[in-house]
Amino acid sequence: MKRASKIYTALIMVFLFAPMVILLVFSFNEAKSLSVFSGFSLKWYRELFRDEETLKAVVNTLVLAVLAALISTVMGTAAAVGMNKLRNKVLRTAMDSVTNIPMINPDIITGISLMLMFVFVGRLFGAATSLNFATMLLAHITFCLPYVILQVLPKLQQMDKALPEAAMDLGCTPLRAFFKAELPEIMPGVITGMIMAFTLSLDDFVISYFTSGNGFQTLPIRIYNMTKKTVTPKMYALATIIFFVILTLLLISNLYDEETVQKRREARANKKNAKEART
Amino acid sequence: MNKKTRSLIQYMTLTPYSIWAVVFIVVPLIFVAYYAFTDQNFRFTFDNINRFFTATSQIDDGETVKEVHTYLVIFMRSLKLAVISTVICLLMGYPLAYIMARATERTQSILMTLIMIPMWMNFLIRTYAWMTILQDTGILNSILSALHLGRVHIIGTETAVVIGMVYDYFPYMVLPIYSVMAKLDVRLIEAASDLGCPSVSVLRRVIWPLSLPGVLSGVTMVLIPSISTFYISQKLGNGKFYLIGDAIEGQYTANNLHFAAAIAFILMVILLFCMQLIQKLTNRKIIVP
Amino acid sequence: MKKIVEIKNITKSFGSEVVLDNINLDIYDNEFITLLGPSGCGKTTLLRIIGGFETPDSGDVVFMGENINGLPPHKRNVNTVFQRYALFPHLNVFENVAFSLREKKVPKDEIKKRVTEMLTLVALKGFEKRAVTSLSGGQQQRVAIARALINQPKVLLLDEPLSALDLKLRKDMQVELKNIQKATGITFVFVTHDQEEALSMSDTVVVMTEGHIQQIGTPVDIYNEPQNAFVADFIGESNILDGMMLEDYKVRFSGHTFQCLDKGFDAHEAVDVVVRPEDVDIVPEEKGHLRGVVTSVTFLGVHYEIIVDIGGFKWMIQTTDFHDVDEHIGLFIEPDAIHVMKKSKFSGMFGDYSSYSDEMEKIGEVDLEELEELETESESANE
Repeated sequence: MKRASKIYTALIMVFLFAPMVILLVFSFNEAKSLSVFSGFSLKWYRELFRDEETLKAVVNTLVLAVLAALISTVMGTAAAVGMNKLRNKVLRTAMDSVTNIPMINPDIITGISLMLMFVFVGRLFGAATSLNFATMLLAHITFCLPYVILQVLPKLQQMDKALPEAAMDLGCTPLRAFFKAELPEIMPGVITGMIMAFTLSLDDFVISYFTSGNGFQTLPIRIYNMTKKTVTPKMYALATIIFFVILTLLLISNLYDEETVQKRREARANKKNAKEART
Repeated sequence: MNKKTRSLIQYMTLTPYSIWAVVFIVVPLIFVAYYAFTDQNFRFTFDNINRFFTATSQIDDGETVKEVHTYLVIFMRSLKLAVISTVICLLMGYPLAYIMARATERTQSILMTLIMIPMWMNFLIRTYAWMTILQDTGILNSILSALHLGRVHIIGTETAVVIGMVYDYFPYMVLPIYSVMAKLDVRLIEAASDLGCPSVSVLRRVIWPLSLPGVLSGVTMVLIPSISTFYISQKLGNGKFYLIGDAIEGQYTANNLHFAAAIAFILMVILLFCMQLIQKLTNRKIIVP
Repeated sequence: MKKIVEIKNITKSFGSEVVLDNINLDIYDNEFITLLGPSGCGKTTLLRIIGGFETPDSGDVVFMGENINGLPPHKRNVNTVFQRYALFPHLNVFENVAFSLREKKVPKDEIKKRVTEMLTLVALKGFEKRAVTSLSGGQQQRVAIARALINQPKVLLLDEPLSALDLKLRKDMQVELKNIQKATGITFVFVTHDQEEALSMSDTVVVMTEGHIQQIGTPVDIYNEPQNAFVADFIGESNILDGMMLEDYKVRFSGHTFQCLDKGFDAHEAVDVVVRPEDVDIVPEEKGHLRGVVTSVTFLGVHYEIIVDIGGFKWMIQTTDFHDVDEHIGLFIEPDAIHVMKKSKFSGMFGDYSSYSDEMEKIGEVDLEELEELETESESANE
């Protein structure tokens, strides 16, 4: 990289990370101040771990994200397989467009639209509050589905069309052919789709905000409620923990990638040496 | 595969999602329209839509009191701030994407990870961090006064909201542009240079037009969330800068569902129109990566 | 003839790998010169150095008497036809061809006139408005040529331009390229790994391998008078034998002393002897200089290709008469069928066809090894 490029990139990185660093530093501040660091202390962390509402929100978020990711992955993968085989052009275009809606629509409109429907249906059945864990799960599955489909479809298109046919030719039923020949081929897309669905669900605030009832809080909603009124450094402590969890996960996935590449390279080199030794 | 099994498979795989998509994507949008055009007793009315275009309120800027169309002003303000943020993101992000695409593979993956980290933080936390920095008693001001540069009042201004939007949505601009540029064939750049283009020309005549699909999806991915945000304006605009998202959220909190639906409906229609316009003008399909 | 490009002592390495090692080459005005060699021999790198896309580690590129070492590509009066063409996908045929004229701010009607002329030259008139992505490989190729030629460069560089075309189209384009070169009078520097292509089109062929130039000459020279075993093997088929020069015009190999046309070697100097497969006459066993047994026969249409075992060395011979396997035959070699070369580092590496008939076995072996490799790969991926 040229010097100017390096400086430019560095400046952008400062812009991206300065706020994170500040949160991190002030999470260890003894006083409640936002601008003066008056001494190192872990008291905000202690306070955070005593905050049962936040801890419960963490559990809620994880349960919701796991369920949403699993259901949307299964349904989305099936949908992608079906859409890929669809010969009817009109139907295919219609399905593509509908799938695009939640991705293009602002979150606030997706949230409001689902909320209106839940409220309306709830009122039909005479329920006082119709928003709860179930409505939130439905909403999360809905906005995760398109991302799963979008990850799986290209893998299906790249796949050799003859694969499932070969499997059936060799005696598999169509269903077995799918699991034995097709699914392993598209697995990378399915996994990426599932991870995306999981993180989208973890991270979502806007749609959750409109579709959650009063009793059920996810972590983003808890953060929203915590930051609504007074500022508390407990938030900084929470942000710092989240930051390090994300950092660790990203580092692990990067290391894992490099390690597998490295291993493969070594295996190949060993093979070559062995071959040379033989001749 | 015979026809019967194929249609059976299609039926099994497509039906659940088709039903789901209709019930949870299409029907809710119909509900938005339904609520927007009905009153509390679900009788048909244009009142909610009318209210968006005609409601007025008074603005007191200290000297004179002005009467303005409340929601039109709010909408124009949202549009203005979103456009400014998008332009800033583009100006900042395009060079970065270009630099990344030209870097070594290792540098590329490191920079990717670095850009992703803030993106993985919840946007509430990101916004909150800026509130900490920009407050009158915040870090920026204590640094400034330590350097004897005086104090600045940023929190609660449009500048603060724009900073928040740029910070929150910057990665959404960089990543699609980068992914298009990284795939750009180096030989096309060499060919342009071979045919007499100095680097500025290569950028203008080859790299820019070929990266347009990435730019378009970047612009869409920044413009749409920033035009409809409500948390950023609440925290960094001190709630004073009422944006269209705040208006919807406010009506929702006040349990004014029909009017909230009306604003959402109008926003949706306008955005749909804008996207069509962009697609027509650039003759390209907007891809959402 | 006027020198147009001079390559002087060019060395270039990527990392620890030396791609070009002290290369010297003169390119003359109005010639069709081909850089020929196996992949990885440095020919493309040399071309890219002339084009300005790579800078040499040391040495000079002189263009019409002027050192152009530091000159960026856009300032060189040289244009390139890229491998797989590198046409701009966002521009149509007309705009692709007009690209460099627009950069120079040439008036509009002149652009139109010159582009039309150019498209006529490459037989693409009427394709102006077409998207380049909708063209066939051959048509894209012509657009690339038109685009590079419209600037009237002194030198046109072509980087394996025909490698993506199928055989029939490739033959047609060879003729067409040669015609275009004659019509325009522009110097063509052509890179290929296809020896047939090189022989049929070029005025001068430069044979390269491992970063060195092995031989520069006309196609006929290169074929008839290869300088070493590498060139002899790379261009056409050759039987290359260990021999000894007894005196001028007398060489001994395969246990027989032959008359030849070569001279200027030391007495009893060890040499490489090339005999082309088509230059050997098959005669009854007792009438031949050499005797052998046919080990395999392949019918190739125009002729049979037979492998003959002579004292353990396998010869390839092309003949129009059928000889069956296990037949004992005699070989008769005329003096002008023999070419004697100095020993080089390539001696003993080429020119023996004993591996020829074993090829099938080898393929089987390789496959098994590859399979094993794939297995270990998927294993490590699963971990």
